[in-house]
Amino acid sequence: MKGYPIHGKVHKFGDNINTDLISPAYYIGKADEIMIAHAMEGADPDFSKKVQPGDIIVAGHNFGPGSSRETAPFVIKGSGIACVIAQSYARIFYRNAINIGLPILVFEQVDEIRDGDELEIDPILGAIFNITTGREYTCVPLPPNIMELVKDGGLIPHLKKQRQ
Amino acid sequence: MGKTLAEKILAQTCGRPEVSAGEIVTSFVDCLMMDDALGPWFVDKPFQELGGVVKNPANVVVISDHLCPSGNVDQAENVACARRWCEKYGIAYYEGMGPCHQVLGEHGYDMPGTLLVGTDSHTCTAGAFGCFGTGIGSTEAAGVLCTGTIWLRVPESIRVAWNGRLPRRVMAKDLILKTIGDLGHDGATYMAMEFVGDTIRTMPMDERMCISNMAVEAGAKAGLIAADEVTEAYLRATGRKYPYHVFKSDEDAVYYKSLSYNAEELVPQVACPHVVDNVHPIDEVAGLRIHQAYIGSCTGGRMSDLEAAAEVLKGRHIAKGTRLLVSPGSDQVYRKAMETGILSILMDAGASILAPTCGACVGLHSGVIAAGERCVSTTNRNFKGRMGSYDSEVYLASPATVAASAIAGVLADPRQY
Repeated sequence: MKGYPIHGKVHKFGDNINTDLISPAYYIGKADEIMIAHAMEGADPDFSKKVQPGDIIVAGHNFGPGSSRETAPFVIKGSGIACVIAQSYARIFYRNAINIGLPILVFEQVDEIRDGDELEIDPILGAIFNITTGREYTCVPLPPNIMELVKDGGLIPHLKKQRQ
Repeated sequence: MGKTLAEKILAQTCGRPEVSAGEIVTSFVDCLMMDDALGPWFVDKPFQELGGVVKNPANVVVISDHLCPSGNVDQAENVACARRWCEKYGIAYYEGMGPCHQVLGEHGYDMPGTLLVGTDSHTCTAGAFGCFGTGIGSTEAAGVLCTGTIWLRVPESIRVAWNGRLPRRVMAKDLILKTIGDLGHDGATYMAMEFVGDTIRTMPMDERMCISNMAVEAGAKAGLIAADEVTEAYLRATGRKYPYHVFKSDEDAVYYKSLSYNAEELVPQVACPHVVDNVHPIDEVAGLRIHQAYIGSCTGGRMSDLEAAAEVLKGRHIAKGTRLLVSPGSDQVYRKAMETGILSILMDAGASILAPTCGACVGLHSGVIAAGERCVSTTNRNFKGRMGSYDSEVYLASPATVAASAIAGVLADPRQY
């Protein structure tokens, strides 16, 4: 154990996990808890039953392509996910995730992380420790200004704080 | 060093002599477009938290299209929210006139050399006018409402050249599907695609908009086509909401990558489930049973699309057990298709004519599909569950291919009709 701020179990996904799979259009505009109950449903129908607060999504290339819907990172965060790690992201999803305060990291060696592994992550250091296998990795850290925005809970709380 | 079209447009919108790919700039927003689904319903809360004052009301437009005509009370409440919000803040509002990207073009919002951001990912459609159109999230839209500006990274560009004349029954949709198939679902992520060549130059705006519309399916931030005399003729006919600036890439502009194609060799293309880059020539997939054929959306519901379908369907009838749904791309397209007799040809062939809407394309209403069903569609995404059940399949193709498939009851080559 390293004592990093994020500590949770991995939910592993493949490439091209699109916004329709993450946040189906059918539930957009319904109450937050309904949208969140259907998070990731298209990729794993049991996701919302399995996920625990603090868990981590690990995915392959091009996570989040498709719609500009901010509900995609919103339902991921709302379901308790503390961090997303993927080999690459679609542009709008990446920007939306930061704007709503979901830490999101680019990491190439996702093949070395399995579904159910336990990870510790420090997004500012860019440190990922796989407790299950005992292996430690580095990734590109979130820049301090972006991490501050994420810590404040997203763009809006961040701007309000700056105004005060 | 020369500049790309993307660099020139963003220099204009930032008010700077020049900008280069990789720079992060703050730009004036000429137009903020919000749709119903992801607009005021989601934007109002962060907007109020930031003070609730619209900086430039004349540069904002709201278009209700995804959720109307509403299929249930939740959808109706969302549209009512958009309507009330626009009344309250004095914002231009369009409802039930068709997919926002078509309405924007028809009402003079897609101005060359300007920046248009929208809460829908297919806002890149405006690129067909040499307008830097790009999709943003709801929180960012709230920021644009309050500040009238947005920060952007100036993108690298991929140059996509198409030259030569498209063969009979081969369309812009086939051209962009072929390009995305080669580039990949994330091949242009964070970048601008710039379409050049005489194939593009000789296309009407309808077909150009189909190409720019799908740039985001390769991950692109924008899908640009330099404005020319075809663009200016369209703008004269539709009217203009604000001043525009015509730019062209320099001869020595630097591109991340260049692709070059001969249009004369292109055959009809089909994007198979469940990823848009799973593209095959029609002969590899012909014969697969289909249940629904759909013509519509911001990708494939324009006048040239309906005309292409009518050419194939004239004097013929759709197969038993197959349904053909047609949602004209806007009220203007609907009226023109009615007045020119195109709708009669489609109806004689067995088509159901729907209201102009995003409904079925996004799986919300007006033509969603059941488990085990296959739909061949002129729309833009074939993601799992996109048009209905998670156990259904969507095949993306041109309106000519969709029409031919409706006649055959199986995926079919339009060149045989």
